[in-house]
Amino acid sequence: MIRFTDVSKVYDDGQRVLNNLNLEMKEGEITVLIGPSGCGKTTTMKLINRLIAPSSGSIQVDGQDIASIDPVALRRKIGYVIQHIGLFPHMNIAKNVGVVPRLLKWDKARIAAKVDELLAMVGLEPQIYRGRYPSELSGGQQQRIGVIRALAAEPSVILMDEPFSALDPISREQLQDELIRLQQELKKTIVFVTHDMDEAIKLADTIILMNGGEVVQAGSPERILRHPANDFVKSFIGKKRLQADNGGLPDSLPTVGDVMVDSPATALPTRGLAEAMKMMEKKRVDSLLIVDKGKRLVGSVSIYRVLDQYGDESKTVADVMRPIEHAVGTDTPLSAALQLMSTHQLSNLPVVRGDREFVGLITRGSVVRHMAEVFTDANQDAGTNEDSRGGTSPFSMNTGTAQSGKPDRDEEVRAYVG
Amino acid sequence: MWADYADFLRDRYPDLLAATREHLIISVVSILLGVALAVPLGIYLSGNRKKLLHTAVFSIANLFQTIPSLALLAVLIPLMGIGMRPAIFALFLYSLLPILRSTYAGFQSVDPAILESAKGMGYSKAQRLVQIQFPLAFPYIMSGIRLTTVYIISWTTLAALIGAGGLGQLIVSGIGVNKTELIVCGAVCAIVLALLADRVLGAVEKRFSRKARTSLDASFI
Repeated sequence: MIRFTDVSKVYDDGQRVLNNLNLEMKEGEITVLIGPSGCGKTTTMKLINRLIAPSSGSIQVDGQDIASIDPVALRRKIGYVIQHIGLFPHMNIAKNVGVVPRLLKWDKARIAAKVDELLAMVGLEPQIYRGRYPSELSGGQQQRIGVIRALAAEPSVILMDEPFSALDPISREQLQDELIRLQQELKKTIVFVTHDMDEAIKLADTIILMNGGEVVQAGSPERILRHPANDFVKSFIGKKRLQADNGGLPDSLPTVGDVMVDSPATALPTRGLAEAMKMMEKKRVDSLLIVDKGKRLVGSVSIYRVLDQYGDESKTVADVMRPIEHAVGTDTPLSAALQLMSTHQLSNLPVVRGDREFVGLITRGSVVRHMAEVFTDANQDAGTNEDSRGGTSPFSMNTGTAQSGKPDRDEEVRAYVG
Repeated sequence: MWADYADFLRDRYPDLLAATREHLIISVVSILLGVALAVPLGIYLSGNRKKLLHTAVFSIANLFQTIPSLALLAVLIPLMGIGMRPAIFALFLYSLLPILRSTYAGFQSVDPAILESAKGMGYSKAQRLVQIQFPLAFPYIMSGIRLTTVYIISWTTLAALIGAGGLGQLIVSGIGVNKTELIVCGAVCAIVLALLADRVLGAVEKRFSRKARTSLDASFI
């Protein structure tokens, strides 16, 4: 456990970066420090391994005041991962991972065994990667090494300073997932700095939200999402997650305009069948809406109809499309639209405005997503006006939804669009 | 004409070898002295943010570089007399700046992120210097030393003017007695020496820094 007691940090020029901080980072948990840049989150983290010294107050790690420990010895007991990875380019991967054990003078066989174990743990075949150099690895692989390097000497505490923020989104997701998986096994006390709320919600057992050198709110992601302490927290969490107090339309039921997908896959009637195929493939949908140059909805075409007529090169989508039987206006209540979809067994429902001008599409995925949002809102102000949102709760969602994050939802939407 | 050279070589090759040996000693000693001072100084400067000190050190090193070599050698005669010592001292002064610069540049080039992670993982200051900074700066330092060596070898020929010996002695005597063979042989030997030194140091540089350098390049992408 890490405990901050009345910690302040004032720089020589009088700039006060941390103001009377009292914190606790629990044993075996991931504590995420988050906040806008300059809020003091990185400073807070660097106090723990004495890269920065506090101006006043004390910090204890596992009950011991760190001011009484030699900084070099302290750092060897604490894992450290930085944003810029910082692998040593002149050492191969095995050497890089074994850095701290070597500093601690473990014997060679033990280091080699540990290195192989760790490489295998993050899915890098030891035989292949042991002898490689950092420059021969991708960014994601490099940061995997960065993470296992911090684990090598089996520290109980690990500090991670925006470790994934320089990675591409796919690698970032993968590394986050891996960290969660590793943590389930290892149960380290991890202090993780980030400015990305999605990442914080996904990883954290406890989120500590900071601003201007002070803690604004600390608690589980669930708690912070449901009971944001003030407007700063709300704005930081973001509109998307908390569409609670929109104030505009009190208690109105959602209309199809709120729920629809804005930019589903559409095609002009003059497109050839091969082009239509290509487009479906690209957008990963099984049908296209046919919209003319004036944005008027003229029909829809499914992949089966395209395949049926595929041999005839002269045909365009206009020849194989089906007219639209059901469409709704943007102001239609969602309930009516859902009724329509369920009665006619529709997988999707186009939304039009005025004279069949196409504006969007309701899909099963978009409905689920909207419900998820509404549900988190409803719970969010459950304490104050539970009744007002009562109507939306039949769609009982696992509260884990907020944690599992956007990707799942996006995937679902994609699967149903079309 | 070729016969003249053949005869000359046959008769004088012991002198030629002796001169080459002297030449090598003068060059190598001055460069070693230069390395011994400039590398630690460069390391010290790179880890130190005192602007004034940087300016002072580089100005002085620069100044030595600008003094014409003949003049410097002449000035040293009343101070240190004639012979090998003043020659070595003068050449040592010339070697300072390029080695200093390359060492400084090499240490500056080490990615701060690498140093931060080293520090955060518990490398002591000395360990960082020896295990991280030095190996990464090594290619830069080595290329500075290599460059310096080549031109110190060629400048050593001037040392003969203050009686230091070396291949320059052959050239000077050649001019005195108007014997072309002496001049040509002295010059050719100096050239060959410089080229060989370049090759050898190049090989050393390559051998010890190949891996570090490829990874360095890649990490800049």
